[in-house]
Amino acid sequence: MSDAAKAEYWKANIRLVIGCLVVWFVVSYGCGILFARELNAIRLGGYQLGFWFAQQGSIYTFVVLIFFYAWRMNQLDRKFNVHEE
Amino acid sequence: MSLQLMTYLVVGATFALYIVIAIKSRAATTGEFYVAGKGVPPVLNGMATGADWMSAASFISMAGLIAFKGYDASVYLMGWTGGYCLLAMLLAPYLRKYGKFTVPEFIGDRYYSHTARVVAVICLITASLTYVIGQMKGIGVAFSRFLEVDFSVGLVAGMVIVFIYAVLGGMKGVTYTQIAQYCVLIFAYTVPAVFISLQLTGHALPQIGLGSTMADGSNMYLLDKLDKVLVDLGFSAYTVQKGTTINMFLLTLSLMIGTAGLPHVIIRFFTVPTVKDARSSVGWALVFIAILYTTAPAVGAMARLNLMNTIQIGPVGSPTGNIKISDVPSWFTNWEKTGLLKHKDKNGDGRIQYYGPSKAFAAKAASFGWKGNEMVKVDRDIMVLANPEIAKLPNWVIALVAAGGIAAALSTAAGLLLAISSSISHDLLKGIFAPGISDKAELMASRIAMAGSILVAGYLGLNPPGFAAQVVALAFGLAASSIFPALMMGIFSKRANNAGAVLGMLAGLGSTLVYIFWYKGWFFIKGTEMLANTPDNWLFGISPEAFGAVGALINFVVAMIVSNMTAPPPEHIQHLVEDIRVPGTGRR
Repeated sequence: MSDAAKAEYWKANIRLVIGCLVVWFVVSYGCGILFARELNAIRLGGYQLGFWFAQQGSIYTFVVLIFFYAWRMNQLDRKFNVHEE
Repeated sequence: MSLQLMTYLVVGATFALYIVIAIKSRAATTGEFYVAGKGVPPVLNGMATGADWMSAASFISMAGLIAFKGYDASVYLMGWTGGYCLLAMLLAPYLRKYGKFTVPEFIGDRYYSHTARVVAVICLITASLTYVIGQMKGIGVAFSRFLEVDFSVGLVAGMVIVFIYAVLGGMKGVTYTQIAQYCVLIFAYTVPAVFISLQLTGHALPQIGLGSTMADGSNMYLLDKLDKVLVDLGFSAYTVQKGTTINMFLLTLSLMIGTAGLPHVIIRFFTVPTVKDARSSVGWALVFIAILYTTAPAVGAMARLNLMNTIQIGPVGSPTGNIKISDVPSWFTNWEKTGLLKHKDKNGDGRIQYYGPSKAFAAKAASFGWKGNEMVKVDRDIMVLANPEIAKLPNWVIALVAAGGIAAALSTAAGLLLAISSSISHDLLKGIFAPGISDKAELMASRIAMAGSILVAGYLGLNPPGFAAQVVALAFGLAASSIFPALMMGIFSKRANNAGAVLGMLAGLGSTLVYIFWYKGWFFIKGTEMLANTPDNWLFGISPEAFGAVGALINFVVAMIVSNMTAPPPEHIQHLVEDIRVPGTGRR
């Protein structure tokens, strides 16, 4: 693998990590803490939405995020031909 | 069959299972002892990580914490799960690519410094050892409560079991017993939750039940009902925030960073075959953890509602609105015997009044002839332990909860002990003091280190130092402020060098320790606090538990400044960093 390809691969990884961490931050710190009070005006069944994000929604999102990251990284590995056998 | 006999049978059966697994998975090489030969499939490793991570505290205490803190306890739910995102994206795949045995080994190699490695070992041992004391205590409590044996007998029984599979099998034995322990603990946790959710809301899934209407015909949402019941009795509403936002924010961040930096969790991802597996395995770990962590809020809220309704049987203030002491259910008397629950008839009316501290309600309570809250002790741990009895579930479910609590404590203890013993035999002995020893001698040394760690942990469990209760703050604070930043910079910065890493770790560690000790006493010795541990004394309203995130920031800043003022790392280290960033290179 050339140095340029390595740098490009790493850049793509960083972009993906930053994107995922923005979502990570928004669902937990944003929806679950900073804006929970405002979101609580909205209802999800018996859940106030901010409360739901803090005790349920953020956790579900974390799970999805990790699998999304793993899936995208596998694609990236194949694209740069650095996947393992 | 009596409950006690049933409990002996269920717990005995799980122990027999653990021992069979131990005998089948003996470790023959250091590679098997430290990282299970790097042959654990990602889904199974996820399951083992779930048991490794979920401790006696997660199993027994967390739902109770939620029951009494309500919305504010969300910090634990988000903090102890969100760390896995950081682990999956910032640490696990790269450390797996590096492919060595321990966390201090990576730090020592990456920063080409024995000092860095020793600092990492010290952080690891302090964090893990304090953590393991809590597990030992949990094992003793579960035994003495359910099997009615002496606390110390229970603790020794637990130690013997861990000894058999951890000394024989190392990581290999620990992994396969953790998988079995995960199955036991998750079954034990969810079965009572499903029954209680069905009883209260008619929904089998507790995650749905918590957001549904009550099945009592009132057609009221469960959470609204809980808010109302609590406010009517002078407690603060369940779904409303009580603490400050900045503290919630920083505590969540500290717990997340701390989770990602705990060595006994990180090394679990050294055991999978490939980098690709390491990424997905973190996802699987969180799936298995989320099953418990999304059930816990329902258990907490429903148990709190059950508790309130057990005592307040009619309208607030009506002379017959409170339960007669002679009418309390049998679980109530049973748990009073353990001292975890205690009432005191302050106004001598033969009934129990349980109400909160709100000033507005105090005048009302006085007009009812109430002379203070009569539930003088409600230990939060009984919310999970007494749950099956409160919901009138059959004896086998109660026996299962006992086995589940023990499984949670044993699996975490074994994982921590493995992290401790491998850092002693691999980092200190092989890495620094006796680099020439053979693989066979190192394997023997690691078994001896494991046996020694178990004895030390057992001794500390029997004679817990005064700070046992403060352990969580310390373990997470250390992991967040020292280990996580050093690992992350080691991967993401080619400029971070030995001086920067060592000074950064010491600065993060030092500032966090000082902040915790400032409010909790130097080395947790009572009376040496510099300031009372109250919110108005805290710097910017940050509690000692929440300081780990600030410590991590200090670590990053110091390390970057020092690194940029001193010589960059040598060329082979820069190549090492480039190599761990890419999965498939270096082998072709």
